[in-house]
Amino acid sequence: MSKPIYLDYAATTPVDSRVAKKMFEYMDVSGSYGNPASRSHIYGWQAEEAVELARKQIADLINCDPREIVWTSGATESDNLAIKGAAHFYQSRGKHIITSKIEHKAVLDSCRQLEREGFEVTYLAPNKQGCIEPEALRDALRDDTILVSLMHVNNELGTINNIAGIGEITRAKDIIFHVDAAQSAGKIAIDLSALKVDLMSFSAHKVYGPKGMGALFVSRKPRVRLEAQIHGGGHERGMRSGTLPTHQIVGMGEAFQIAKEEFVSERERIQSLRERLWRGLNDMEAVSVNGDYENSIPGILNVSFAYVEGESLMMAFKNIAVSSGSACTSASLEPSYVLRGIGLSDELAHSSIRFSIGRFTREEEIDQVIEEVRHAVTKLRELSPLWDMYKEGIDLESVQWSSH
Amino acid sequence: MAYNEKVLDHYENPRNVGVLDKDDSKVGTGMVGAPACGDVMRLQIQVGKDGIIEDAKFKTYGCGSAIASSSLLTEWVKGKTLDEVMKIKNTDIVEELALPPVKIHCSVLAEDAIKAAISDYKSKQERLNS
Repeated sequence: MSKPIYLDYAATTPVDSRVAKKMFEYMDVSGSYGNPASRSHIYGWQAEEAVELARKQIADLINCDPREIVWTSGATESDNLAIKGAAHFYQSRGKHIITSKIEHKAVLDSCRQLEREGFEVTYLAPNKQGCIEPEALRDALRDDTILVSLMHVNNELGTINNIAGIGEITRAKDIIFHVDAAQSAGKIAIDLSALKVDLMSFSAHKVYGPKGMGALFVSRKPRVRLEAQIHGGGHERGMRSGTLPTHQIVGMGEAFQIAKEEFVSERERIQSLRERLWRGLNDMEAVSVNGDYENSIPGILNVSFAYVEGESLMMAFKNIAVSSGSACTSASLEPSYVLRGIGLSDELAHSSIRFSIGRFTREEEIDQVIEEVRHAVTKLRELSPLWDMYKEGIDLESVQWSSH
Repeated sequence: MAYNEKVLDHYENPRNVGVLDKDDSKVGTGMVGAPACGDVMRLQIQVGKDGIIEDAKFKTYGCGSAIASSSLLTEWVKGKTLDEVMKIKNTDIVEELALPPVKIHCSVLAEDAIKAAISDYKSKQERLNS
């Protein structure tokens, strides 16, 4: 059996073979396997040189100084370091933090931890499209607010936040602004010389680099300080200890360089594939886009197919690998908190599918996906009592359901 | 998580999909669950003069295990008396389909649906006989 068509690039991406090739040069006995912290021999010097080149490759994509890049194990660690590190360092100024209800769990759970430590957190509600309005942020600011953490692009919806506008507000009040850019780096332009962002999290594996690798941008001008969360050796200017994984770092650097060289043409190609996909689906009855079709990164299309349940849809997609906002496999039975957060009904959240398109997606695959999705939705609607009721003109809201 | 073969079989080839006339006095209808919870089952039985279930139909909105649970149950109830059907437990469905713990609620829902269908049928009969 051939493998299904991969349309889950927002979950992770395959390592680009150019990246993998580069990584191999820094692993075995024929390569530069030294510890970048070894200052006394060529093994260490070569590894250090590779690490510094990679640092520059990251900095070049996002237009910052390489000295502003701190290596981490991934965006989750970057988020933890940024949020807890800044909160701990600046707590004498105040103990109030602002984030949103639809952030990644790495941000939400870090904030929860800080709440247990005595910080207060405000969780902003996004608008229907999944954006935080700068005005809503302004209204939530307090005299003791020290940190704002918001994502650049939402991982389920693809919606792009106005971080330029929000940065103006936070910078004017000297509040630290952290942005999780795991889903935006390499997909849309990021210019940190213009954006008033103090901390920004990156992941390698969303950009065709290796899993287990990330980075945190820590602004030098203005200078942002963090309290380290991992101790032991004082690597990365004391902000993140631990032997640097040269091959992982080289992989992330190469991946970000490829992204810089190719992202304009790639963006157009992926955008047109997304348009092709939506054109193939949008004439179906009771089908809608979640988020904001226009203000979105090109790779993500989140669609609700009303009256069919997401997990059974995915089961019907034998040749498609996607993800769903339905949480039928989790114990809670509650659907995606992101979709609920933008005000989608639980019914439609249960019926949602996230298609995410990437570097290796081909046009024929999109056509095949369209055909299979249409077939599966039709089949499951024939099985659905809700579809019958909809067809009979019964308002599902008016029915007394027995909840369980 | 891979699906159990029996679940897949019922999902691929659901048995007894359809609708019976809910106004027919021989028909009992049970609809349980809620769209907000991600599953709704409608199970219907048609009972013969001899008190034996001669037909059963279902439609389900829900995950593969919910569809399989209701499909399986329609197969089981056909040819049985109402008393026999009342003895079917959700654990029987769990066992037959090898449902994992997170899917047990699907079997509970199926048991609720058939009980609701029986009670609908019985209340219709009581109304007819009174």
